[in-house]
Amino acid sequence: MREKATTLYLGPQHPGITGNMMVRLKVEGDTIVKATTEVGYLHRAFEKLQEKRNWLQSFTLMCRFCVPETDPMEESYARAVEAIEGREVPERAKYIRVMVLELARLASFMLWYGGQNGSLGLYTMGQWSVGDRNYILDLFEELTGGRIYHMYIWPGGVRRDLPKGFEQKVLKTMDYLEKRLDNFDDLMFNNAIFKKRTQGVGIVDKETAIEHGVVGAVLRGCGIKSDIRIDDPYEVYDKLDFEVPTAEGGDIWARALVRRQEARQSIRIVRQVIADMPGGPVYNKIPNPQKWTVPKGDAYVRTESVRGEIGLYVASDGGNKPRRVHLRGAAYVHGITLLEDVLKGANIADVSAIMNSLGTCPPEIER
Amino acid sequence: MIHIEGHEGGKGDSGLRPRVDNGRCCWCALCVEVCPTGSLSLTKEYNFVSDDPNDFLWIPGVDNPEGKDKLSFTSGTDTSLNDFKRIPMPEMEGMERVKSFAEVVLGYNEEMAREEASRCISCGLCTEVCPEHMHIPEYINAIATGNDADALRIIYDNNPLPEMCGKVCTRRCEDVCAIATRGDSVAIRWLKRYATETAATSDLVYDIVNPEIRPANGKTVGIIGAGPSGLTAAYYLALRGYDVNIYEANAKAGGMTMYGIPKYRFPLDSLDKQIEYIEKIGVKINYNTKVGKDISFDKIYKENDAVFMGVGFPKAWTLGIDGEDAQGSMQAVNYLHMINAGEEVEIGDKVAVIGGGNVAIDAARVSARMGADVTILYRRRVEDMPADWEEIEGAEDEGINIVPQAIPIKVHKDKNGKVESVEYLMAEMVADDKGGRPKPVAIEGSNKILKVTAVMGAIGQQGDYSFLEDYSEKIKEERGRFVVNDMQQTTDPKVFAGGDAVNRTADAISAIADGFRAVKGIEEFLLGVK
Ligand SMILES: Cc1cc2nc3c(=O)[nH]c(=O)nc-3n(C[C@H](O)[C@H](O)[C@H](O)COP(=O)(O)OP(=O)(O)OC[C@H]3O[C@@H](n4cnc5c(N)ncnc54)[C@H](O)[C@@H]3O)c2cc1C
Repeated sequence: MREKATTLYLGPQHPGITGNMMVRLKVEGDTIVKATTEVGYLHRAFEKLQEKRNWLQSFTLMCRFCVPETDPMEESYARAVEAIEGREVPERAKYIRVMVLELARLASFMLWYGGQNGSLGLYTMGQWSVGDRNYILDLFEELTGGRIYHMYIWPGGVRRDLPKGFEQKVLKTMDYLEKRLDNFDDLMFNNAIFKKRTQGVGIVDKETAIEHGVVGAVLRGCGIKSDIRIDDPYEVYDKLDFEVPTAEGGDIWARALVRRQEARQSIRIVRQVIADMPGGPVYNKIPNPQKWTVPKGDAYVRTESVRGEIGLYVASDGGNKPRRVHLRGAAYVHGITLLEDVLKGANIADVSAIMNSLGTCPPEIER
Repeated sequence: MIHIEGHEGGKGDSGLRPRVDNGRCCWCALCVEVCPTGSLSLTKEYNFVSDDPNDFLWIPGVDNPEGKDKLSFTSGTDTSLNDFKRIPMPEMEGMERVKSFAEVVLGYNEEMAREEASRCISCGLCTEVCPEHMHIPEYINAIATGNDADALRIIYDNNPLPEMCGKVCTRRCEDVCAIATRGDSVAIRWLKRYATETAATSDLVYDIVNPEIRPANGKTVGIIGAGPSGLTAAYYLALRGYDVNIYEANAKAGGMTMYGIPKYRFPLDSLDKQIEYIEKIGVKINYNTKVGKDISFDKIYKENDAVFMGVGFPKAWTLGIDGEDAQGSMQAVNYLHMINAGEEVEIGDKVAVIGGGNVAIDAARVSARMGADVTILYRRRVEDMPADWEEIEGAEDEGINIVPQAIPIKVHKDKNGKVESVEYLMAEMVADDKGGRPKPVAIEGSNKILKVTAVMGAIGQQGDYSFLEDYSEKIKEERGRFVVNDMQQTTDPKVFAGGDAVNRTADAISAIADGFRAVKGIEEFLLGVK
């Protein structure tokens, strides 16, 4: 006998995501028949605001597009503006940018460890990893003054050079985190509950992935090797030695395996950039920001974030403000069309875990 | 901005302090990066929680005086987003200059002007101190964005002699430029000059400015003196529909900017272009018409609805020392007048100029161009010289010798009554107990003799109001200057005055400001327009 269908409202607050968003679930028993995403809780109109602010003021909005990992957007904006202007970036600044981007990835992974486990009711992980994330935020605070929003990578380079002895502090933190990742393995990947709850759950197969334009760890979790840092390298990624892990299966487990290895790759990259970092200036100064105009033109840049590829389009009409800034983040696809697809047939109890695993980030979806 | 109890401020400090809504600040610290003076910084003490929304409104430094000790993000000249370096002005080489009266300053080209203009942060302090309150940030912004014609229109809004100011203005605006706190002030004067030079002829100026001339309003104004103040009053009155007649004693307009300022600083064609433009909009200038001789003040007074006097300070003070009547002893302003009028003046090959102001420097640099070996004798130290520092440097570059702390006591003549030498005493600087600037006191027995062929006194000028005749009772003066109210009206309501004969700053832009104010005064007086 078929059970009667009912509608459930998940959210706008719940453990699977950073930020507010709702999913309307049509369920039969505890199986989802249809999922409809409801966004609109977080729209801040950043892109529109940027058309009203000068080129430099606009930069301060970029980091706010996505809270868990704020630097890739800053870097994208800087690189897009530099591309339109033809502005050179000092070599040292490029190394520092990569260091910051990889530290941001690590901080974001730490949050993910907590969120992914928390969505399954495994709360110890979050206490560990979110606690350890603070060591990275401490580094950011020392470098930029901010823990979450850094406003550090700006057109022409970075705002300040590294403080004295900063490299050593970073390396020490990397050594610590590397050890901690082993502890995390014990708590998560050697944990029967985690295995049971994630293997075969939230499957994205290759075809679905390609059909939806899936990117990042979700794509790599179905065995497709793709990473903007390798495919279309920026800053100094082409000079660095690192691997792009993949896994088979396309389920939450596979994606977790990918992220587990990516965190280690980030540590590897941070160590390399610190070892190879040249001296010299960190900033090719822009003109007086009030009078700074960017020549007519546009640029589209791609950046690899923890959620996957971010595309940023910036257009200038030659004035002192952007004509248009438009961001297309991974979450836009993963958190809406793909999510609705994957949730079909899933169990209610897995919704949060699936959302987290797909990298659903409402602030990035809504902007 | 909030007034703080017990904090009255002072010079350069309004006494007001900003109150920040901490709850809205995102700590981007761009304020720190763009603060031209470097006075803004962030503190680490920003984390606090309170249930009172007003707690988030606080006045840095007042509500948390300890914040100063906990600075985090601060500004340095190396990280600041201000552009501290001025685009240098191309100039002729020092020793090349003295060979002719060619203009020393060569002017910015377009690229230089755009770059220099883009340094401006539009704070408007310049407008505040400019006697004429010119719209400086606005025209600089127009230059920065490539709208030179707009810049020119904005400039002509309240200054009909901008090319003059672009070349010789005393530019107090640059002294207060916020960028100058830690760097070179924006070259405001040179940017104005650039904008005016983009229109090469008076016709082009007319085309670009495209002045709106109101229909005649039936009122007539008589103006005495075609110096900057008279010309300014005339221009804006004519635009407003007044019938304006200027009476000028000399053959050319411009006053001291024509007959005082040397041509290597302010070339004749540049002045001519501006006068032509002013005449083009309907101002009538009656040249070679000295009031009090060729026409009486009474006639002008009776035939016009209002009168403006911009008669300047034409008479030089004499040194008051022995032998000053010698042949070859002269007043610097008279000398400059004759040279600028194209007359020959016998000065020989060794000239002493006495004084430390711009007139002294001008006379010295002109004498150098006439081939003389020039020495400036000045009572105080070089750093006390009232002359523009750029002028002093210019004189030094041209090989002029400056002898500071030298007090002339006598001009020696030869048997034909010709100047032979100047005798002077060296002085020591003695602190003033009243807190004034240190005073030079002659040192007994330090007499020195300088052999010269000419001596020029340049210790200041005064007015000559004999043309007023009977009216001098009604039109009051005080210590040599006309008494006026805040719309330049003298003690005779029908008569207005401005320029050197009124203000103490005695420069072109103050004269222009006076003329401009008088226009408003005359409008109010004749038409009741506020
Ligand atoms: C050598 C020198 C260098 C200077 N350099 C600078 C400088 O670099 N920058 C700057 O800003 N300022 C400079 N000044 C000062 C500036 O020139 C004057 O402040 C300005 O010209 C004053 O303008 P004004 O309208 O008061 O009168 P003036 O320019 O003095 O003009 C007065 C006019 O009135 C006419 N006049 C007087 N009496 C009669 C009469 N009875 N009948 C008819 N006409 C009469 C005179 O002929 C003259 O044309 C300099 C002055 C001198 C002497």
